[in-house]
Amino acid sequence: MTIIAKKPASLTDLPMHYCPGCGHGIVHRLMGEAIDELNIADRVIGVAPVGCAVFADSYFACDMVQGAHGRGPAIATGIKRSKPEAIVFSYQGDGDLASIGMAEIVHAAVRSENITVIFINNAIYGMTGGQMAPTTLVGQVATTAPKGRDPKLQGWPINMCEMLSQITGAKYLERVAVDSPQNVMKAKKAIKKAFENQVKGVGFSMVEVLSQCPTNWYASVPQALEFVRTKMMPQYPLGVFKDEGGK
Amino acid sequence: MTEKTLRKGNEALAEGAIRAGARFFAGYPITPQNEVPEYMSAHMADAGGAFVQAESELAAINMVYGAASTGTRSMTSSSSPGISLKQEGITYLASADLPCLIVNVMRGGPGLGSISGAQGDYFQATRGGGNGDYHVIVLAPNSVEELGNFPKLGFELAEKYRMPCMILADGILGQMMESMSFHFDPIDPNTLGKFDWAVDIHKNGRKKNNVFSYKGDNLIADVVERAKRYGLIEKTEARWEERDAEGCDVLLVAYGLSSRACLEAVNRAKEEGLKVGLFRPITLWPFPSKRLAELASKAKAVLTVEQSLGQLVQDVKLAINGKTPVYLNAYPSGGQPDGHTILTAVRSILNGGKEGLFDLQEHAAGFTYACKRDTSLGIQGDLKGGK
Amino acid sequence: MPRIEVDANKCKACYLCVSACPKKCLGKSKTISKKGYFPATMEHPENCIGCAMCYMMCPDIAITVMKD
Repeated sequence: MTIIAKKPASLTDLPMHYCPGCGHGIVHRLMGEAIDELNIADRVIGVAPVGCAVFADSYFACDMVQGAHGRGPAIATGIKRSKPEAIVFSYQGDGDLASIGMAEIVHAAVRSENITVIFINNAIYGMTGGQMAPTTLVGQVATTAPKGRDPKLQGWPINMCEMLSQITGAKYLERVAVDSPQNVMKAKKAIKKAFENQVKGVGFSMVEVLSQCPTNWYASVPQALEFVRTKMMPQYPLGVFKDEGGK
Repeated sequence: MTEKTLRKGNEALAEGAIRAGARFFAGYPITPQNEVPEYMSAHMADAGGAFVQAESELAAINMVYGAASTGTRSMTSSSSPGISLKQEGITYLASADLPCLIVNVMRGGPGLGSISGAQGDYFQATRGGGNGDYHVIVLAPNSVEELGNFPKLGFELAEKYRMPCMILADGILGQMMESMSFHFDPIDPNTLGKFDWAVDIHKNGRKKNNVFSYKGDNLIADVVERAKRYGLIEKTEARWEERDAEGCDVLLVAYGLSSRACLEAVNRAKEEGLKVGLFRPITLWPFPSKRLAELASKAKAVLTVEQSLGQLVQDVKLAINGKTPVYLNAYPSGGQPDGHTILTAVRSILNGGKEGLFDLQEHAAGFTYACKRDTSLGIQGDLKGGK
Repeated sequence: MPRIEVDANKCKACYLCVSACPKKCLGKSKTISKKGYFPATMEHPENCIGCAMCYMMCPDIAITVMKD
């Protein structure tokens, strides 16, 4: 018997607490595969966020630190500067990274901290129950935008990859999605590259993942995938925004 | 022990911290502590450590959280408004049981306040400061020499009990120059050994380490375990200094810079034939309550001298528990104590006067508060105090 | 012969695997799992080509793909 595909060794056996159909689990697995393939498991130290992935520290088999909301890049900076040989990642959601932690992510990029950031954009606050996120789409209903996001009142969604691409210190920025096997394969490549960059000492690398949240979008799983494709992708186009890995 | 040299308080502290094995520093500019990050930026790299000028105090304390997770001797410094910003990180550090050093070179407050020295952050430091049930160990130096030597003590206590330790200094102490010496040889952190809880590179397939704030399963048990540790600290780690404290009539209680002014008062009192002693808490948490209560029981009165609006006096009253009268000589928000005024307060106590003694009720008498808004909430027109 | 195994204790019945399978091998189980879901199950093992697309979409890493 040959195994074609199974749970990566750098993830623990613990069943995950995420809602059915949620994208977090897929991204965890892709990160686990990247860590396994790069053979860096004994060097990885991860930072878990506050939000739905607050228990991520129990899913990754590497050493993990659980930090305060939005401060992942600052914590990762402290770890990386103290242990430069470690491979440090910060795993963050959209409220975490693009709202309360905006200063931390921008300045980690400005300093070009040699860390890997995985940014889950599902256009909503998940853990707290579906409030409006900085990435919530215009017209999208949230519990704090009951009539849908109105730009006159709540402004427009923020595009992090585009914004960070203006910063010299940001070396690799790519936006991917996990709505189909094809896109999952592309996401895998991007995540692996973001880790590989750190091994090579390239500098600040971030992968933004458009991820489905059926629960807080009040959608079935197929409807959620459709939302990613027809609503999110026009606002958040997939692709590479910066790649200075080889330079 | 090094030879005596003339050093500025903040620089002595920074050099003392590097000598004590600090190898990570993150901070943000704020007066009157700027010499600390400036010194670190110039010397930390040479010592093999890392200095980061953070984008904010919030980021700085969280960088310390990350560095402390790896078991590295890590620290930050700031001044009052900046320490308020750091409270999020401090409560996380306490909940994750991480040792680190936090320095507060206090300035006048509240809010932006002033840049002159003050002691208004006593409550914030000794009561935790952030959310939840926790403490940090608080050391209060009163000289440049102690500023330079306390980082070593601070790291050792923080690591022994796995909790943050704060050095609570003030603007004047940070800015003044004094002759001082270091009482220890520089420590090579590589000789300190590794913590079994720290996150690190691990080649031997050891069990994974997690540094958690919220452990998820039993928060009550965690808090109770921490409380037991706090109890042990209160029992064993209280530190203080006494001057003529046995058998005095009036016992002065003061920490930090205020205690220096008290020393002057003690000496002047002696010349006048008055029996005045000084009790100086060195650890503000744990507060040396037991010894203070013993000494106070033999005195006629206790006078608390502080550069704040009656904060230290509350711990003094708790310790003495009503057995001896406690008076307050206060210099809030940047006011500076002097021996002459303190001695005036002592005489007032002994002669039944009021000069130099701070009493909020007394101050309120004769105070007029103009309230222009006419409301139906019971506050109408001008509130006129006084008799 | 490629085949898959679904860990019924991990499956949360999102059926992302069911829609991902190019050969329509997977379906919904008729028995309820300990978690209270009707987990995904292999209905047409003979059609499985071992492409691992089900594995790729599974958010709960409940699927192992193998070849005998």
